[in-house]
Amino acid sequence: MAKVKIKKQSTFIDMTAMSDVTVLLLTFFMLTSTFVKKAPVQVSTPSSISEIKIPEHDILTILVDNSGKVFMSFDKQDDQRSVLEEVGNEYGMTFTPTETKKFSLQSTFGVNIKQMKSFLGLKEEKMDEVLKAQGGIPTDSVDNQFKVWVKAARSVNPDLRIAIKADQATPYRVIKSVMNSLQDLKENRYNLITSLKVTDAK
Amino acid sequence: MDAPQQSGNKTGKSKQKKFAVRVDFTPMVDMNMLLITFFMLCTTLSKPQTMEINMPSNDDKITDQQKTKVKESLAVTLLLDAKNQLYYYEGIPDWNNPEAIKRADYTNQETGIRRVLMRKNAAVVNKVKELKQQKRNLQITQKQYDAQVKELRNGKNTPTVIIKATDEATYKNLVDALDEMQICNIGKYVIVPIADTDKDLIKAVNGKL
Repeated sequence: MAKVKIKKQSTFIDMTAMSDVTVLLLTFFMLTSTFVKKAPVQVSTPSSISEIKIPEHDILTILVDNSGKVFMSFDKQDDQRSVLEEVGNEYGMTFTPTETKKFSLQSTFGVNIKQMKSFLGLKEEKMDEVLKAQGGIPTDSVDNQFKVWVKAARSVNPDLRIAIKADQATPYRVIKSVMNSLQDLKENRYNLITSLKVTDAK
Repeated sequence: MDAPQQSGNKTGKSKQKKFAVRVDFTPMVDMNMLLITFFMLCTTLSKPQTMEINMPSNDDKITDQQKTKVKESLAVTLLLDAKNQLYYYEGIPDWNNPEAIKRADYTNQETGIRRVLMRKNAAVVNKVKELKQQKRNLQITQKQYDAQVKELRNGKNTPTVIIKATDEATYKNLVDALDEMQICNIGKYVIVPIADTDKDLIKAVNGKL
């Protein structure tokens, strides 16, 4: 009987090349990425054909959701901290170092200044909930805290650029009050954040 | 003293054992994949687009002389209303005549506002088209192109568009309207609050239909 000997093949696969590829990809993602900011509201921006990219630094983002709540965020934590102090001065409030620290770590903020102290006393998970439920900076003409925030932001960082990121279903009424407040502060140049439209027009 | 020992080693029987240099990279690949997945999920790759707009100042102190006057024949007013409705009129309409304002929409059809503005701004649109062709043929650089387009857009006798939105219009409508300005190469446009007369006109038009 002829014996057919099956040759034993090694199952060892050389992973070096694979590892090379993954490391390359990893490096790419690490270098190009900017992290998604945790936002209290989901905003879908309208699309436009404009192809100007937003600058990377010194941005004050004004987030407007479709029910008209206004939030703000800075790209620098230091700015955010100084702005809180500035606004606190305006309303005669002082914040402890722990409170300012906690505030500067917030990616997006927006509560009535009168509730700010109790808000900063909350636990982190609770903060997100409160922000979602009763957040929003008042923009009405009676108590326009939004103006105070923008003014403080401008005094802290004169190079700041203002960008409005609003949901596409936001009523114009809300946008108008935001724009009017900005105009009152002589902030006549600002950016509207949009997403890219797949163009059919040529 | 060392030399003989070394040579002795070489010729000697004690051969150094060869180790396999193969390292198993599988766990490393696993870990990398995990990290890649993490980065892919947590990042925004593309930066969002943005539109730059300049708003007129709210300052009351501006005298009439400082205000930019617009020729009546060159002015187009867009009225953005609820439910994606869009109306427009040219120049100063007869406030009592609802026929004065016309309906349009945001599409690229014959009814679209784009056609209206394109017609109104035909001279500039055609020149920009020519420039684009020149740029494509590498006759002019991007820089020259940008400069010339800017000059054309802000030139004399180009239409001025006044955008007025009612409270019920959405932000999307506003952005769409601003987009049309870009598409139609209109350099002079402004967003102003809506006047009561405009609202009445819209009402009149809606009531008629």
